[in-house]
Amino acid sequence: MNHPTDLRYSKSHEWVKFLDDTTALIGLTDYAQDALGDLVFVNLPEEGDSVTAGEPFGDVESVKAVSDVYSPVTGAVGKINEELLDVPERMNEAPYDAWLIQVENITEKQELMTAEEYIRFYESEEE
Amino acid sequence: MEKKTPLYETHVKYNGKMVPFAGYLLPVQYDTGVIGEHMAVREACGLFDVSHMGEILCKGKDALANLNYLLTNDYTEMYDGQARYSPMCNEQGGVVDDLIVYKIREEHYFIVVNAANREKDFAWMKGHAFGDVTFTDISDTTAQIALQGPKALEILKKLVQEEEIPEKYYSARFNGRIREISCIISRTGYTGEDGFEFYVPAQNASALWELLMEAGKEEGLVCCGLGARDTLRLEASMPLYGHELNEERTPLEAGLQPFVKRQKKDFIGKSAMEEKGDPKMKRVGLKAVGRGILREKQEVWDQEKKIGFITSGTFCPYLKQAVAMAVVPAEYSAAGRKVQADVRGRKVDALVVDLPFYKRKNK
Repeated sequence: MNHPTDLRYSKSHEWVKFLDDTTALIGLTDYAQDALGDLVFVNLPEEGDSVTAGEPFGDVESVKAVSDVYSPVTGAVGKINEELLDVPERMNEAPYDAWLIQVENITEKQELMTAEEYIRFYESEEE
Repeated sequence: MEKKTPLYETHVKYNGKMVPFAGYLLPVQYDTGVIGEHMAVREACGLFDVSHMGEILCKGKDALANLNYLLTNDYTEMYDGQARYSPMCNEQGGVVDDLIVYKIREEHYFIVVNAANREKDFAWMKGHAFGDVTFTDISDTTAQIALQGPKALEILKKLVQEEEIPEKYYSARFNGRIREISCIISRTGYTGEDGFEFYVPAQNASALWELLMEAGKEEGLVCCGLGARDTLRLEASMPLYGHELNEERTPLEAGLQPFVKRQKKDFIGKSAMEEKGDPKMKRVGLKAVGRGILREKQEVWDQEKKIGFITSGTFCPYLKQAVAMAVVPAEYSAAGRKVQADVRGRKVDALVVDLPFYKRKNK
C-alpha cells in the first residue's frame, strides 16, 4: 500500500495536500479505497459550500456500502473534482490523483498525521 | 464466535477478505474485487464457497406428504434427481424460509435451506412432522461449492464425463464423482447464469476447490466472494431471505405466485393466504434515473406520499446501473411508473421496471 510522505492524513482515512497555508486538496487514502472496495458513486458538495473540520462533506459508495467522507479542515469548497462523478473508480485506481474537493480560506484544521504515523495508526486499529 | 467453513484455510490462501456472515467467516471478496468477480461470472466463470447453507435429509413413507404440507410448491410429480424451489410458510402465510428440495428417489429427499434459518427450519419441520418421516440435519458434514458462469460446463467437462453431468437446469446427479471425489452434482445456482453446485463431504471440500480452480485456469475462472454473490443475485432479481422474504410477508406479496400451488388440498399458510385475497403490495424492480444508489430500507415516495420501501438495492456491475427491488402498492407496480427513493434525505427519481433486470441469453 502506498502513502506518500508529502501528504498529511486524518484518522477518518482522508489525505490532505496543502497547496499553501489556507488551501488544500482532500481525497481518500489508499488504505480507505482498498477497505471500501470498488467505488461506484460519489456525492460531493457544491462550490462555495462550507466544510467543517471533523464533519462529513460528502459520501462515497462501493457496491457493498455507503461511507461518509469527513473534512479534516474548516473552510470553503473552492473546487470539486467533477471527473469523479462520472468515473468514481479513479479513487480506486489512483487515490492520490483523485482528489475530491479543494478547500480554500482554511481557518482550522484537525490534528493530522504524517504517512509514517498514519500507517502505525491503521495497523493498530486493525488489531 | 463465528464458525469456519471447511474452506476457510483455502480462502486465506487465496487472499479472501474474511467477514462474519450468518454465523460463519466467509470471504466478502478476493483481490479481483466485487466488480471483477461479478463480471467474471457473467462473461466467464466464478467459484463460490456456499458451505454455510444448510442441508437436511427427509426420508420415509410419508416424506412426500410431509413436504406437500410443509411447503407451498407441489412435489408430487418429480423425477429422480429433480430440484424444485419453494417458500415454506407459517400459519399466517408469512415465509419461514425459502429452500430447494431435490428428489433423490422415492421416499428420499434432500433439502437445502438458508444458513441463518437452518436451526429454525429444522425445528419447524420436525415440529410439523406426521406419519413415517425423519428429518436429519447434515449441514455440519456437508460443504457446498458453486461453479457459475457461461464457461462452467466447459470447465466441468474436463473433470467429468459429459453423460455424468446433469443436462437439465434444476436437476442433479446424486452419485456424482469429480475425479476421485464423490459429490452431488447439481445444475443450479444463485447468479442468473448456467452453472453447478456441488455438495461434498466437508473433508474433501478443499481438494475439490483446487481441482476446479486448476481446471478453470484457461477459461478465466476466479474465486468469488459474498459481495459478488449478492450483486449477481440482485441483478438476476432473485429474492433473498431477510430482504425480499420474511415472516410478515406472504410469498404472493413477494411475487412468488408460480411457487404457491393453491390447487393443492392443504398446506401450512394456505387458508391465511386465501383469506387475504389478492396481494395489495407487490415486489417490483426500480431503476435509478437520478444520481444515487438505491439501498435496502430506503423509503419509496410518490411525490409527497410515502408508498413503500426498498428491500435490496445496489449498483449492478454488468448493467452498470443502480437498481433495487421494492415493495409498493399493487397500483404502482406497472413498468414505467415514476417514483422517488429517499436516498439519505435526498429524493432520487426512479422508474418501476419489469423483473428480472438481467436474464441470460439462449436458455
